[in-house]
Amino acid sequence: MAPLLEVEDLRIHFQTDDGLVKAVDGVSFSLDRGRTLGIVGESGSGKSVTSLGIMGLNRGSNAKTTGKIRLDGEQLVGADQSRVQHLRGAKMAMIFQDPLSSLHPYYKVGDQIIEAHRAHHPGVTKKDARHRTIDMLRRVGIPEPAVRVDDYPHQFSGGMRQRVMIAMALVNNPELLIADEPTTALDVTVQAQILDLISDLQSEFGSAVIMITHDLGVVAELSDDILVMYAGRPAEYGSAADIFGRPEHPYTWGLLSSMPRLDRERTTRLVPIPGTPPSLIRVPAGCPFHPRCRYTELVGGRRCATEVPPLREAVTPGHAAACHLTAEERARQWAKLSAGRVPDDATAPGADEAAEEPGAREPV
Amino acid sequence: MTEQTQTPAPETGRVTAPDGDTLLQVTDLVRHFPVTRGVVFRHKVGAVRAVDGINLSVAKGHTLGLVGESGCGKTTTGRLLVRLDEPTSGQIVIDGHDVTHLRPGQMRPLRREIQMIFQDPYSSLNPRHTVGAIVGAPLRLQNVKVSGGIKRNVQELLELVGLNPEHYNRYPHEFSGGQRQRIGIARTLALRPKLIVADEPVSALDVSIQAQVINLLEDLQDELGLTYVVIAHDLSVVRHISDQVAVMYLGKIVEIADRDQLYAKPRHPYTVALLSAVPVPEPVSSATGHRERRQRIRLEGDVPSPLLPPPACRFHTRCWKAQAICRTQEPPLVELVPGHRAACHFPENTPQATESSPESASQPA
Repeated sequence: MAPLLEVEDLRIHFQTDDGLVKAVDGVSFSLDRGRTLGIVGESGSGKSVTSLGIMGLNRGSNAKTTGKIRLDGEQLVGADQSRVQHLRGAKMAMIFQDPLSSLHPYYKVGDQIIEAHRAHHPGVTKKDARHRTIDMLRRVGIPEPAVRVDDYPHQFSGGMRQRVMIAMALVNNPELLIADEPTTALDVTVQAQILDLISDLQSEFGSAVIMITHDLGVVAELSDDILVMYAGRPAEYGSAADIFGRPEHPYTWGLLSSMPRLDRERTTRLVPIPGTPPSLIRVPAGCPFHPRCRYTELVGGRRCATEVPPLREAVTPGHAAACHLTAEERARQWAKLSAGRVPDDATAPGADEAAEEPGAREPV
Repeated sequence: MTEQTQTPAPETGRVTAPDGDTLLQVTDLVRHFPVTRGVVFRHKVGAVRAVDGINLSVAKGHTLGLVGESGCGKTTTGRLLVRLDEPTSGQIVIDGHDVTHLRPGQMRPLRREIQMIFQDPYSSLNPRHTVGAIVGAPLRLQNVKVSGGIKRNVQELLELVGLNPEHYNRYPHEFSGGQRQRIGIARTLALRPKLIVADEPVSALDVSIQAQVINLLEDLQDELGLTYVVIAHDLSVVRHISDQVAVMYLGKIVEIADRDQLYAKPRHPYTVALLSAVPVPEPVSSATGHRERRQRIRLEGDVPSPLLPPPACRFHTRCWKAQAICRTQEPPLVELVPGHRAACHFPENTPQATESSPESASQPA
């Protein structure tokens, strides 16, 4: 069976007064029913724009989308607006980061969910829709759903609001659920509840989930496959076990070693990635990561600065990285890093200091 | 760094002789925000018990980490420590000075010694001021005479935090989030403070930048002998940066211990639950290669309102070990092993309590 969602060479560019912002620049992945894809990256890496692009929410402004997005075989890029609108909310749904600003403060939560249901099922009576809403609220773990259905968003706590958002997203049994930083605004104990809920509902409904987050812990918790993005491009793509067990891209190494971890011995010093993420208007030539990469010398010549590395499988099938380093060199460097050997230049004083000129940053 | 010739802070309310070791001593600190009704006849109908009796002490050159979920009172505590807010009762002694109820004028000279790093590097810098004006402002406001002039001093500060001193005349919008946080840190250091209260100093930053700022804070501590109180919700960041860690829940400290002890053997069930809720960047997969769920303690519900905190032990409504006594009698914060205090009737990780391991009790009653 063909995968539920296929994204091929997706590019989303925005024309601005300062220049062309290449927010997403050549992203491809596919996702089966019942599976979860985690998209990780720092702010400005294009992960949210990708998800909005799939939902068809970038249109109308100055966004220019090219490439292919096929949902159940149906091409969405360039498709009729009304068709995308028909699919959005029914076949694909989204959970946003901040539940307070994505719920309307003047309407009861129940009415908002009922509206989402009836918009796609015009034949359903108000009464039936209300029953379904109460049922959904119960399934996402809201106590006394028959009473709470008539409450306003401000009467819910942050975690409960996120549950309402999830109920609204799932009310039409979508086949694809996109969760954009669903737990970033929540406390850690509530985050654990919401992650469990998403995972439970996924196995119940069999939907495909795209989980967008900057938190590698959240991704590891939920994802089957992981896409690491940097400056709008895919840096590494593979199964969760591959990405965390045998990461191949220096950016992924950097992310993994720059975070303090509770599951390991405490290290005396963190190893940050030097510099800051690039502007999406002036993405560095060649490999977008090369100005911050510690391993460009191992490639030789100026290849990293001139030639864009393609995303290709090196050792394991299904595990691809966009890096010029040879497979043997990657394995050697990762072995060093995972053994706790810090790169030489990272220990030198001032190594992690912000080296780049602030003027290079574009107002976005 | 240039010598600062500053008039010594006047001897305001020096109550205790500094014992040379403790820089910050907090005793029974309470902050209740009154909730009032009525316009003409305003009357108090209740109080938000944001901070409800906490005791802390921080040694010179050490770092205290304050963790807890939103609404636990950690930020209010931080604001009380730098006296941006006045405590309802209790005492705060900083370097021998009782600052608890000082008036703004009396507090002013002492502000040189206590500074704050804020969470959001976007809203904590004035967008209309240049970096030079921002970092130099504390020097001007406090009328500090610095040899070499303010500009030189500011440029040295910028260099100290890893920024280019030539960026003196630039504006905050020209910098990235991490660089802005460095500007905020440079401003904090301008008056050579002894105590720095950092409220979520890295939570607004990306992971790779977070590590840069954490390393910078550690370097500055070594170089300048600073004492930190770091307020954060990220338990892994707190573990990395702190010597001592205090866990807060609904306005109270429920556990306080040395870093290694707290993370290796947490005693309070809330700490145990917090630690187990942190997602770990290591996928758990079974032999079949299919993703599996990590075993963890799942707390039900949300933090209760600090307006009406549960009686006795405040955690009993969410605790899986709660017994009758937890609803009637408040557990005191007692020292269970040297240097490790917890407020619980049935602490974890004690020889007597081994039979109720958290895994076997993952579903709260």
